[in-house]
Amino acid sequence: MFMLSTTTKQEASLTQDTISIGGHGQAKEIIGRFLRNKAAVFGLAIVVFLLFCAIFPQALTQYDPIEQDLRNRFAAPSSEHYFGTDEYGRDIFARVIYGCRTSMEIGLISVAVSCIIGVIIGAVAGFYGGITDNLFMRFIDILMAIPNTLLGISIVAALGNSIPNLIIALSIGSIAGYARVVRVSVLSTKGMEYVEAAYATGASDARIIFKYILPNCLAPIIVQATMSVATTIMTATGLSFLGLGVPAPTPEWGAMASSSRAYIRDYWWLVTFPGIAIMITAFSFNLFGDGLRDALDPKLKS
Amino acid sequence: MSEKILEIKDLFVQYTAGKDIVRAVNGISLTLEQGESLGLVGETGAGKTTTALSIMRLIPHPPGKITGGEIRYRGENLMEKSEAEMRKIRGHEISMIFQDPMTALNPMLSVGDQIAEVVRLHQKISRADAMRKACEMMEIVGIEGGRANEYPHQFSGGMKQRIVIAIALACNPSLLIADEPTTALDVTIQAQVLELIEQLKQKFNTSLLLITHDLGVVAEVCSKVAIIYAGEIVEYGTLKHIYEHPSHPYTIGLFGSIPNLNETVHRLAPIPGLMPDPTKLPAGCAFAERCSEACEACTKSAAPYVEIEPGHMVRCIKFAGKEC
Repeated sequence: MFMLSTTTKQEASLTQDTISIGGHGQAKEIIGRFLRNKAAVFGLAIVVFLLFCAIFPQALTQYDPIEQDLRNRFAAPSSEHYFGTDEYGRDIFARVIYGCRTSMEIGLISVAVSCIIGVIIGAVAGFYGGITDNLFMRFIDILMAIPNTLLGISIVAALGNSIPNLIIALSIGSIAGYARVVRVSVLSTKGMEYVEAAYATGASDARIIFKYILPNCLAPIIVQATMSVATTIMTATGLSFLGLGVPAPTPEWGAMASSSRAYIRDYWWLVTFPGIAIMITAFSFNLFGDGLRDALDPKLKS
Repeated sequence: MSEKILEIKDLFVQYTAGKDIVRAVNGISLTLEQGESLGLVGETGAGKTTTALSIMRLIPHPPGKITGGEIRYRGENLMEKSEAEMRKIRGHEISMIFQDPMTALNPMLSVGDQIAEVVRLHQKISRADAMRKACEMMEIVGIEGGRANEYPHQFSGGMKQRIVIAIALACNPSLLIADEPTTALDVTIQAQVLELIEQLKQKFNTSLLLITHDLGVVAEVCSKVAIIYAGEIVEYGTLKHIYEHPSHPYTIGLFGSIPNLNETVHRLAPIPGLMPDPTKLPAGCAFAERCSEACEACTKSAAPYVEIEPGHMVRCIKFAGKEC
């Protein structure tokens, strides 16, 4: 009896829910579905916090991240220096907070650039097939044949050592991943009957790609994008380690971790806090990405 | 005599599969008048869907190609239209209902949006007006307009097919091609959907080309019937002609394989054998191999069309005045 009454209530609220939604119901529904996912909201909260750190670092620390204080080297974490200080006496907490800006800038911009280019290449190749497909995908194969780090090294070496050049290098390196993922899902979606049905209603190629095919390929694109924010930050770290990434005094997590690797036995805080920051960033982006994918897929709606 | 909406003359369609050429449609001719409904009946692989896609000029190319004949819509040859002109015709003048409603709707768009899409493609109206029109169409096919913001997976199969019908009829086309609209549905829902198609056909004065392998469905909806076998029309006539005097041995065979409620039979009489391989069609009558009345003359040359009563055409040597 109790069970019965609860289900009818649920049903009633459901129908009310769906009817009350207005013209822009789709966006509202997606947000609603996202908010119901606790893990995703947690991920989003951390991402928002990281963005806040990136935009307003001075609100969180009064220290200058590049100011050296040689009398205060290797100070352990304390109430004065939350995360301690490094080999030049710089405050690690401040460097981690400011480093967030560098890492986010590199991660987000290069993911956005490579995602847009990769999706366009993949969609065109998958949709038109034949010679177009062959040309685009062989170009992608060439890109994939070059190891990412090597590609990064050559581009940064050719263009010079700066953050914009680093972003260009990282973007080119990850285009291939998107193009392949998108091409495959476009190929499988292209054969669906609703695409044929869309043709039968007189829709043009562009409309079919953007309204019928790409929305149905969103899930792998989003997963690839959110996962690669973390990977891109790691690759940037690798390049910084080689001296080709972020120029020296600028705080960057990867550079911080690698430059302090010599002191890991005696002063654990030098390498631990930047490492934790990288980990939390990757973790939160992955949670956020998973949640977003679930929210965008109406079939998973319960 | 009312206007001829659709006229197909001697249509040939081929698919290339590796080295083989699949001759899917071999010289089909049909005419359809305003408000009329024609049933195209045949078994799987007979070329029914290929014919339908040819009318929409949606044959995937490659591998498919229309190699001969012409398709006239209101007197204009669709073969000579540009792709942009065809896009204006598709969904606006000629619409199509697909076989499987489960996959014929975009899972990422709400059903209202999908109906509104077609309206906005062909009519210059605002988004809000298109949405209003979509809700109207949903009411017409018997679904509450308030459900316009729901997604396809929230509807049952029969309701999805109603939405597919709403999309097809949203722009008030003059010709509706229904490609096995009831095959994927339950029998009870089949009857409802057929009734709906019939009703809307009357309401909008749409002509209907109904493709099916179910003679029962044809009997309910169509006024004319064409029986198609291996890409050829073997018998063509009004509903009465075909159902009361089936003449081609294939048509007779089809009726023999339908269970009859009033007779007690232990086994149905199926037609033995399979359709000939469309890459190696025989020189003579394509049905000869399976035909109980076939003779030597059948395998040598194809029979001509014979009009056995006014408007009732049969393509069988039996009626061509030759002795078997």
